[in-house]
Amino acid sequence: MTKGVQMKSKKIISKDHWTAIAFLIPSFLLILVFVYGFIGWTGYVSLSNYNSIIPDFSFAGLKNYIYLFNDFRFQADLRNTLFFTILFIGLVIVIGMSLAILIDQKLKGEAIFRNIFLFPMALSFIVTGVVWQWLLNPSTGFNQFLSVFGIQPKWYTDTNILAGFEWGSIEFGLPVAIIAVVIAAVWQMTGFSLAMYLAGLRGIPDELREAARMDGASEFQVYRKVVLPMLMPITVSVIIIMAHISLKIFDLIYAMTGSGANFVTDVPGVYMFETTFRGNYYANGAAIAIIMLLLVAVFIVPYLWSSRKGDN
Amino acid sequence: MASFSIGKAFKYFILIFFAVIFLMPVYVILVTSLKPIDEVSLATMWALPTSIDFSSYAEAFSNLAPNFMNSIYLVIPATLLSALLGAMNGYVLSKWRFKGSDIIFTFILFGMFIPYQSILIPVIQFLRLIELYNTIPGLILVHVVYGLPITTLMFRNFYANIPDSMIESAKIDGAGFFGIFRHIIIPLSITGFVVVAIWQFTNIWNEFLFAVTITTSDKQPIMVALQNLSGSQIVQWNVQMAGALIAALPTLLVYIFLGKYFVRGLLAGSVKG
Repeated sequence: MTKGVQMKSKKIISKDHWTAIAFLIPSFLLILVFVYGFIGWTGYVSLSNYNSIIPDFSFAGLKNYIYLFNDFRFQADLRNTLFFTILFIGLVIVIGMSLAILIDQKLKGEAIFRNIFLFPMALSFIVTGVVWQWLLNPSTGFNQFLSVFGIQPKWYTDTNILAGFEWGSIEFGLPVAIIAVVIAAVWQMTGFSLAMYLAGLRGIPDELREAARMDGASEFQVYRKVVLPMLMPITVSVIIIMAHISLKIFDLIYAMTGSGANFVTDVPGVYMFETTFRGNYYANGAAIAIIMLLLVAVFIVPYLWSSRKGDN
Repeated sequence: MASFSIGKAFKYFILIFFAVIFLMPVYVILVTSLKPIDEVSLATMWALPTSIDFSSYAEAFSNLAPNFMNSIYLVIPATLLSALLGAMNGYVLSKWRFKGSDIIFTFILFGMFIPYQSILIPVIQFLRLIELYNTIPGLILVHVVYGLPITTLMFRNFYANIPDSMIESAKIDGAGFFGIFRHIIIPLSITGFVVVAIWQFTNIWNEFLFAVTITTSDKQPIMVALQNLSGSQIVQWNVQMAGALIAALPTLLVYIFLGKYFVRGLLAGSVKG
């Protein structure tokens, strides 16, 4: 329908259409230079010998990348990112969806609960990091309650790797310290998935659920067989958005724990920042940035591609 | 009937349980930051203060006030400019679509997802070149440029809800590109501007990576100052808590008073919108 309308309008006032296109050009050029051009420039730096304060753009080949993949710290970063991402996305989805379903039950006070679960979204990761640093400090915070039960987790100061085995130069497994950072991140971001799921639930007509109940489905079955499948597109969106946040996370960890002993809470974002801006290893920093970009692109490019197709 | 109310009680139990966990950090911030200095000890972290004392706010504020103002000077122009540019792009991409406009939209949108580390080194070199490194205008420029994808997306989705027939009849009445924008689109997009402005305000206020790499010492926005405050060994943690609240206050107030629009922005930012 829109196509027909457009064809017609194009014939009547095509001069205005050129004005419209001209209006888009500044933004297009800005994005072309600042996004694509600068990514290209970073890629160029990552292939150079620019690893000191003096710029040196001589070609180094893949030297910086090879260095990183053999580097203890970067291997630890990839391990931490993997476990952080899995735990973070899993918890954000499960808690967000459960709370959304509960809030959607038309209980009294639902607006209060919704506001409480959503407010951390308005905060900075820096604020979250500063506060949770104290809450999960082994000698203060939650441990003062937990001491009643005789448990004293070491939270982000724990250097143990669960189910660890030697792989490359690191011990591969779940770093216990990462759990503390995941808790803070989940506290901040669950509101996002909750809002998404709540919007999705409100979009499912009551008749559908009623019909399933009439057919004798239990309340649990109604959710498993009718509601969950209808929320699937939202789950995909939440996974993609949380994955790209998690892969580029920097500020929360920088403010809350830093790299940690043995790099148990280090991530590529922190390594990139420190090696580039504190150590002047520009080429190494650029290589980390390019790897981060590729990791994000694995999730984002198919997503953008499919939503573009869905538009047409 | 009995089982129904047990179910209801269970639902409330879970909701209240999570609400308590979500509010615990708020409790600790408030309780700690209001304690007089002699009551601030890690052992009594959870205890209520015996008397209310604002001295940690005074100290945090004297530390953070200049940076708070830097953030104000940054966030207001950056929010207005990126909202305006986003509105124009969204208008073109929804109401003046042309062959290839969807590809251009996707091309712009990709910029929203990149890790900013991957453009940071060239950005700093470029800002040094045009002598905007370590300035608030430099930060404004960066936030406007990298805010383009999200503001364009939000306005495009928003304008998609304005019926094409309205545009068509305006065209028949002789209105052109600018006329339609001024007389039809702008009056209908007040809500859109509020949603986008709140979203950009929150994001730019809370941003850290650009702030910490592009500015130094007296030019730094609030979040960098807060991070420095908490990294400092000599600053008491009650002052850190007061600082965290001061730094969070503007976005919290926006959330409390305009939360509805904040949530709309959050949903609009998820591409399919």
